[in-house]
Amino acid sequence: MSLKETVHFKWYKHLLIVLFLFACFQGSVWITSAEFSQVFQNSSQMTAFLSRFIHPDFSYLPKLLEPMIKTLQMSLLGTVIGLVFAIPFSFLATTVVTENRWVSTFFRFLLGLVRTIPTLLLAALFVAVFGIGEATGVLTIAVFTFGMVSQLMFQAIETIDFGPIEAASAVGANKMQIAIWSIAPQVLSQFASYAFYAFEVNVRASTVLGYVGAGGIGVILNSSLALLNYERVSIIILTILLTVAIVDKLSERVRRSLL
Amino acid sequence: MIIFDNVSKVYPNGVVGLKDINLTIEDGEFVSIIGLSGAGKSTLLRSINRLVGTTKGDIRINGTSITKANKKELRTIRRQIGLISQSFNLVKRSTVQKNVLSGRLGYYSTWKSVFGLFTKEDYQQTKEALETVGLSDKLQTRSDELSGGQQQRVSIARALVQQAPIILADEPVASLDPITTQKVMEDLKNINQTMDKTVIVNLHSVPLAREFSTRVIALNAGQVVFDGSPEALTDERLNQIYGKTIFEEKAGEIDELERNSSL
Amino acid sequence: MMLREMSKKTMISLITLAILVVLSATTLDYSGLRTFSPSMGMDVLRGLGQPDWGFLYDGSSEDLLSLLLLTIGIACLGTMIATVLAVPITLISAVNLWPAHPWVTKLGKFICNVLRAFPELVFAIIFVKVVGPGPFAGVMAIGVHQIGMLGKLFTEEMEAMDERLVEEVQAVGANFWQTIFYVRIPYLMPIYCSLALNHFEIAVRSAATLGLVGAGGIGAPLIFAIQTRSWSKVSIILIGVVVTVFILDQITGIIRKKLR
Repeated sequence: MSLKETVHFKWYKHLLIVLFLFACFQGSVWITSAEFSQVFQNSSQMTAFLSRFIHPDFSYLPKLLEPMIKTLQMSLLGTVIGLVFAIPFSFLATTVVTENRWVSTFFRFLLGLVRTIPTLLLAALFVAVFGIGEATGVLTIAVFTFGMVSQLMFQAIETIDFGPIEAASAVGANKMQIAIWSIAPQVLSQFASYAFYAFEVNVRASTVLGYVGAGGIGVILNSSLALLNYERVSIIILTILLTVAIVDKLSERVRRSLL
Repeated sequence: MIIFDNVSKVYPNGVVGLKDINLTIEDGEFVSIIGLSGAGKSTLLRSINRLVGTTKGDIRINGTSITKANKKELRTIRRQIGLISQSFNLVKRSTVQKNVLSGRLGYYSTWKSVFGLFTKEDYQQTKEALETVGLSDKLQTRSDELSGGQQQRVSIARALVQQAPIILADEPVASLDPITTQKVMEDLKNINQTMDKTVIVNLHSVPLAREFSTRVIALNAGQVVFDGSPEALTDERLNQIYGKTIFEEKAGEIDELERNSSL
Repeated sequence: MMLREMSKKTMISLITLAILVVLSATTLDYSGLRTFSPSMGMDVLRGLGQPDWGFLYDGSSEDLLSLLLLTIGIACLGTMIATVLAVPITLISAVNLWPAHPWVTKLGKFICNVLRAFPELVFAIIFVKVVGPGPFAGVMAIGVHQIGMLGKLFTEEMEAMDERLVEEVQAVGANFWQTIFYVRIPYLMPIYCSLALNHFEIAVRSAATLGLVGAGGIGAPLIFAIQTRSWSKVSIILIGVVVTVFILDQITGIIRKKLR
């Protein structure tokens, strides 16, 4: 019986997909001159490296406390600033409030632009322009948060119930009043959710921002790596992991008690 | 032949699912199991193919104990038992053909089934089974494009393709409209009579049970409280068992009678 | 208006937040900003406004297009490796596959969490040391990190599956592997593909960044341009990155819609 009548009746479609994926794979291998055997050949180097890694330099821990706190402060401040600006912006970007396709599209484009650039590159850019230090880190995080939360909020606003809005405009409310009384209550809980999410993401991001000079624990990471001090690198990473885990847990607790 | 030998099921939290069930179901019977929600109908049905385990007693299918079967034996016994569930449970993205063929999986080794190497006979049987339930034109259609009634008939086709002598149906018509309900029950009756298969159905509609089955078993709180012919299941008897007239179709019948008598 | 409606808890949290924010703002080190001046800002903007189009394509393998292609290649390979390897990890992480020995799933989930927790940058640094600088290090870094991310997502989807579908075919005699191939895979395949595509997009952005530590791609030239204040070059590179990500976004969006 022909293949057409069996469970493999879509065989040409499947074959095409497989070939395409294979082509992508081979293309990528060629372009990146990937050689998987290298991973195993240099295993002696890997083991030497790993053995140093497994012995974190715990004596360095107290010196890490202050940078870590600074990092957290950086992310908190940046997140809050970003959130503060995200609220009006996301309202402006929706057709719900402005009802003008051109205006909202323009704002969405701007948002997209900011979101596309990876955080670390953004940080490097800002450091080159504004100088090194935590303030630049705050700026980076604020901009990044602004982009991310605006996008999320924009999507949230677009999917809300239009009933209350119609009701409000029917009784003569202006755009601002509609925004506050009909839209905001509906998206409030989602906003809170995104705020927590943004903070968690930012704590992770802020730990490496220092690598390009934007302050925080990343700065020490950079210097330890440059000095090939892998024991220090190891304890730094452990501290970061621990902090992120603690922040996640705390955030969850607070979130649960509020919502 | 299915034999329940002093079967009991107690859940870990202490709830009693089944209590001292002793039943013998002969080949070729059309048995309806009725009872209130939570009476143990599903537990009873699903213990036949050991989807639900039992805590006491033995269940024997054609002489072999399924309660004591190991993995391999279990598989062998299970492919002799078809299952039709209330929520169809078809793999939505797969075609009707693939879903029906999955009834034969018990007969194939892992390797063959991974590559989809079914035999010609099985493909032929799939075609015939779909003809029997009236869905031959839906062979390569995606299962989620079918209506509820059609999906249920695909389940029946799967049970047919299994060539299983026993078919279990767990509330097969609960989510269907009245017309499709009749059609599905008629299909089951047809299979029972023309192919001589044992059919065991869980129903919560007493009229349906009366109309189609040769034997009715009523459960209450995990125990058998009635086991006999549909004729013997009079309304008074029902009243006795359950203490009240709770079946909704029953209320509908009373209205009909009243309306007819007043005309 | 809403102040009255807020519960005491919310008020306390908001006040605490405000205090923390003010504390943070005042204790930060603003010294770095001293180097900034409005004229410098104008310089930057002017430079950014004149992208260096010559860098776009000049036949060598060091121009923008080739580098962007390289970055995409890094992301593609890394994501592909991660997707393939995430599947066996899912098989040992999902609780519904191991009803008899749930401790196995703890192991799988632990592996995922460890791989996820490390920032990709760290992996990149490690792999640069192991396989040398270049795009391959980026591939490995992205690959290893994504195994953790995809592994967790795949496991979540697997655990959220409706087990009745599996029960149905087990009831008629299917064994474990048959349920995998006939029920779980057809059900999960479109979801997994969608997730993988999403992460491919994320990977492209990571790949651009990892060049920072020598893991190949557009990151290194970009950083170099930034540090040498060649704003026109920075501009064209950023434009290239944004356009690339945008195009990929559209393409993956279309594919993901079709997967529904």
